[in-house]
Amino acid sequence: MEKILVGLKRVVDYNVRVRVKSDGSGVETDGVKMSINPFDEIALEEALRIKERGEASEVVVVSVGGSEAQQQLRTGLAMGADRAILVVTESELDPLTGARVLMELVDREQPGLVLLGKQAIDNDNNQTGQMLAALWGRPQATFASEVVLNGDTAKVTREVDVGLESIDIDLPAVITADLRLNEPRYVKLPDIMKAKKKPLDEIQFAEMGVESAVPVANLQFEPPQQRAKGIMVDDVAGLVSALKDKGLL
Amino acid sequence: MDFGLSDEQQLIVDTVRSFVEKEIYPHEQEVERSGHVPEEVGQEIAQKCKDIGFFASNMPAEHGGGGLGHLDFTLLERELGRGSMALTVFFGRPSGILAACEGEQIERYLRPAIRGDKFDALAMTEPGAGSDVRGMQCTARQDGDDWVVNGTKHFISHADIADFIIVFIATGEEETDRGKKKKISCFLVDRGTPGFEILPGYNSVSHRGYHNCILNFEDCRLPSAQILGEVHRGFEVANEWLYATRLTVATMSVGRARRAFDLALPHAATRKQFGQQIGKFQGVSFKLADMVTDIDAADWLTLSAAWRLDKGLPANREIASAKVFATEMLARVTDEAIQIFGGMGLMDDFPLERFWRDSRVERIWDGTSEIQRHIISRELLRPIGG
Repeated sequence: MEKILVGLKRVVDYNVRVRVKSDGSGVETDGVKMSINPFDEIALEEALRIKERGEASEVVVVSVGGSEAQQQLRTGLAMGADRAILVVTESELDPLTGARVLMELVDREQPGLVLLGKQAIDNDNNQTGQMLAALWGRPQATFASEVVLNGDTAKVTREVDVGLESIDIDLPAVITADLRLNEPRYVKLPDIMKAKKKPLDEIQFAEMGVESAVPVANLQFEPPQQRAKGIMVDDVAGLVSALKDKGLL
Repeated sequence: MDFGLSDEQQLIVDTVRSFVEKEIYPHEQEVERSGHVPEEVGQEIAQKCKDIGFFASNMPAEHGGGGLGHLDFTLLERELGRGSMALTVFFGRPSGILAACEGEQIERYLRPAIRGDKFDALAMTEPGAGSDVRGMQCTARQDGDDWVVNGTKHFISHADIADFIIVFIATGEEETDRGKKKKISCFLVDRGTPGFEILPGYNSVSHRGYHNCILNFEDCRLPSAQILGEVHRGFEVANEWLYATRLTVATMSVGRARRAFDLALPHAATRKQFGQQIGKFQGVSFKLADMVTDIDAADWLTLSAAWRLDKGLPANREIASAKVFATEMLARVTDEAIQIFGGMGLMDDFPLERFWRDSRVERIWDGTSEIQRHIISRELLRPIGG
């Protein structure tokens, strides 16, 4: 296939202890380490491996967000992607609007495969990939832990609640990456230097002709309630009686 | 003035940090307890480092190195400093002094070192010549086109895994205004050269598994072609390149101090005594404040010295300041980190006691704190006749 499109979302690094801003308007990101959403990094790794096997000729990384998301796209380029597209918007996107932006990019780029992370670790929505497949009218294979391409089809092993499910899908399609699909590579030093010279195009969101979905407004963020201190019980009988006391049994 | 990292620098830092956490940390405990790095572990680290193009990142690009500038390389080594030196030594960083190789030496030493086919070590110190380097007793006597070497070197780091050693040897004496002065030359000596032995050194409390060795020369015959730079001009070669090792010590101290701090901070926030988190006691919280201030100061002092080198500005004093401050900072920070951990900090279940032991040598090797202060004060006083 000619091209694989990979979505990279800029999120708070998974090592960071997330804090709610004091005014409750969102999550603190000032001075906080930001990274590529780990599932998106796995998606990119898979795309690069497909390309290295000679089964695709170009990997394009795309992101939607503020201009600071360039940093994550540059990381993607340093990992080995060929070029990058950033759709610039300062507003928080809901999954449907994000899927519509990706659909517009699919129209423009005509990829043979779209690889996304199964979900982003910021809001954990797990919706964009599925919505994109629906908008595109193409097959989807979510929670992929193995992808084998075979000409116009792909055999995808999916991690589902009961175990592993193997499905065959026609390409083009949307595949979303689960944790065990692969282990992303280290960035190579020469590629870090080359990444700067690779093309990174910016498109303003307003120029995309994409209609925002029904607006979802985040009114207030609050940290989770501190868990109340537990009690120790001596035995099962004590546990049953404690649960009964609380009206839980 | 811009204190931020470029995207490229951030990627270098992130990649090396991730490498150290995934490839170095898992082996640390075993190395620390056995005092030994299994050969296959060392080779695997070196190979992975080659695979990602980070091997010899400090060496000139024209010879196949990574061609990193001083600041970029200092950032890289700062992250390496978080890991055990016994293991990070395999994250190949050949001695910068090898850039002085000329003619045949380029193919025999410089390029193999950059490719990782040959490992180098550097030998200056002797039992009777520590800070007083010119007091060295290891001498070479000219015999035709050869030099015949006799003497002993000790405290030679990682010579046990080296294929060749860069050795500083006295090749004569000259009269100066201030009396006799030894002339020093720098030789490239292959392991296995007749009359040359690499022997196990001492057991050090610092950097267990990162071995120091003793070198013995007994009528060891070296052709003139083994001289790096010009004969009798070894100190010129050293002075041009050896500042790098002081920056290495400084920045690795910063990295290690950050790792110690990264352990101490959450401990202060979670450990409870007298019914509250110990971080709520001013005695502990102020320690954390002092520690992070100390680390940041050393970090910026070191980075700015590296930046000066990149800009071609005089940096000898600044590097000495960075070395003395960062290594003394590391001693304070590791000590306080243990204090915050209490008794558990001394147990080898945690790496803090190791950082504390490892920190001790940093104030001694690559120029003691006293030598660094001498350099700093001399640079201040000399220009005004002091």
